[in-house]
Amino acid sequence: MDEPQVYARLAEIFQDVFDEDSIQVTPELSAKDVDGWDSLTHIRLILTIERVFKIKFSTSEIGKLANVGDLVALIKVRS
Amino acid sequence: MNPLYTELQWLLRTPQEFSARLKALANSPGPLGRDVQALALPALDLNQLTKLAKALDKVREDGKSLNPLTPFRLAVLSNSTIDMILPALVASAARHGIALEVIQPFYDQVAQEALTPDSKVNSSKPDAVLLALDYRALPLKLSLGNAGASSAIVQGVIGYLQALRNGIKTNSNAVCIFQTFAPPAEALFGSLDRALPGTLRSLIDGINRELAEFVLGSGDVLLDVSALAETIGLADWHNTQLWNMGKFAFSVELIPLYADHVGRILAGIRGKSRKVLVLDLDNTVWGGVIGDDGLEGIQIAQGDARGEAHLAVQRLALDLRQRGIVLAVSSKNTDEVARAPFEKHPEMLLKLDHIAVFQANWNDKATNIQAIAEELSVGLDSIVFLDDNPVERELVRRLLPQVAVPELPEEPAYYARTLAAAGYFEAISFANEDLKRADFYGDNARRVKLQRQVGGVDAYLASLDMTITFQPFDATGRARIVQLINKSNQYNLTTRRYTDPEVAAAENDPEVFTLQVRLADIFGDNGMISVVICRPAEAGAWEIDTWLMSCRVLGRKVEHIVLREVLEHARAAGVYQLIGTYRPTDRNKLVVDHYAKLGFSKVAAEESGLTRWELHVQGAEPESAPIKVISQGFATDKEASRA
Repeated sequence: MDEPQVYARLAEIFQDVFDEDSIQVTPELSAKDVDGWDSLTHIRLILTIERVFKIKFSTSEIGKLANVGDLVALIKVRS
Repeated sequence: MNPLYTELQWLLRTPQEFSARLKALANSPGPLGRDVQALALPALDLNQLTKLAKALDKVREDGKSLNPLTPFRLAVLSNSTIDMILPALVASAARHGIALEVIQPFYDQVAQEALTPDSKVNSSKPDAVLLALDYRALPLKLSLGNAGASSAIVQGVIGYLQALRNGIKTNSNAVCIFQTFAPPAEALFGSLDRALPGTLRSLIDGINRELAEFVLGSGDVLLDVSALAETIGLADWHNTQLWNMGKFAFSVELIPLYADHVGRILAGIRGKSRKVLVLDLDNTVWGGVIGDDGLEGIQIAQGDARGEAHLAVQRLALDLRQRGIVLAVSSKNTDEVARAPFEKHPEMLLKLDHIAVFQANWNDKATNIQAIAEELSVGLDSIVFLDDNPVERELVRRLLPQVAVPELPEEPAYYARTLAAAGYFEAISFANEDLKRADFYGDNARRVKLQRQVGGVDAYLASLDMTITFQPFDATGRARIVQLINKSNQYNLTTRRYTDPEVAAAENDPEVFTLQVRLADIFGDNGMISVVICRPAEAGAWEIDTWLMSCRVLGRKVEHIVLREVLEHARAAGVYQLIGTYRPTDRNKLVVDHYAKLGFSKVAAEESGLTRWELHVQGAEPESAPIKVISQGFATDKEASRA
């Protein structure tokens, strides 16, 4: 899966998890930009990504993610 | 993990338009109970459950009614993170007819909330309090090999739980829902853990046993989380990474399953568990089709893998009956043919005595299920309908949405397990009266008269998006043609059997008109479902030598479309009259009026019951139906496609 495809899938996931169709998923996007992106929703987001991409993240990886760019980099390593 | 449980496979998959329908709630004035329940019915994942709960909050904020859902206030006390679980509970409760409001106190304040009279939980006057505790909430000190100390620990825990209960009872008089405790997957010694007093496993075993006994006597309610976790597998139930990261007591993937189980319990408390099981017969209660395969041909024997799968369905039905569930039958069959296995087949576990209402006829099943509900004086929301045929399931769902209709897997070996996993008959208590309930309805397999047909059948047929394909006999289709000719008993006008060479001869004889018919619909390709052979009779007439059809596609006006096709070719061949014959056998009573229904005139009736019929080709205009027609491979014919 190339990077644009990853972003497209992520856009669907973000819209689903945050129940908000207008979210634009960019590399710079982070928790402070999105209403309702708290620690619990973060876990729901990560678990949904794990399910859709059929990958698993380690606890420390999840802790280190600063923005969507980090997330995409990690997905590319894992899948 | 086993997807039957993790993906709630007895439920339909979530439809594409889920989000759009969710948004439509905001613009609808209500009451919205039915719409919300319909949205909750499929196997929603955690994100979808969360969205539905959010939409429900909005409906409440807007002051709209959730009738006819039953209101319920539930407080949840827990030592773990339940923030993701609560929305799932609200959405899953709607699936079970409950408009749920949840009350969540601060994290890990179990004792304070239960014991303080004006705590958030007690002052909110809940209908029930769910004690969603897991083993990490308990003071479980290993006391290896020490029976006395172990017993004291178990008693201490039970005493703690009883104190919580007494606090809640005194302060708010709510029903308490206790959870059993899922033991961790990790062993200390290994197998010895179960036997040796004072290991974590034997302590938890002891607590679960004592808790269950205590709940049975106290009138409280038990949610057997331990059994649920064992069904899934403890290693999958407990996700240690998630516990460490966010104190999730069990795997987040399993929240939809857990929430559905809570929903069943709440429905049980409100007296909403189902009471009647309506069974299809062919390929559900036994393998095969009784009308075609006969008493000797159906698969129901011990020692036969397919037969045992269906016996398991019968055994489950009988066990359910023993605990008070009423059994009924709805089958597309001639009544006496459908009753024969119950009366004569030695391997059948179910007997007519076990069946309260026995509806075997050729009407649509929605009409029959409604008649069963009226006869038993129960609501449609008390009924579960088990049928292997997706078309019948969808029809009943569409026309009688209150009836619970489990999806079934391809493999019959999993039918009984799927029905059990769906938990339609979840009960929170068991009384002696339950033992007698099934008898109360007088199990005499009575047949009830049908009232008028449930509306909307035609619209449903149109929604099936059927395509019918007509071809003359050819070498590719011959094996299946021969099979149908030699196997079909019920929808068979003349029951003439032909060998492969005889069919090949008809195929190659330009004087003989042959038709093989295939039908596809939204559920897939039904394959070849009808065969017709017309032979030249007197000048300008065709004698319908053979006309048969698979009973699976009955009630879809396929026979009308077949006649239209025959007429088309008859006209092209300059034939002015069709001659039909009904030759009675002990199996084909179904088609005694076949020609009358299609507009033929009766010209002769013999003592044997044989009747002869004629139809003038000119001016014959059989009923049409919403089926797309493809006609191909005919010598005289262009590749034609007509809508």
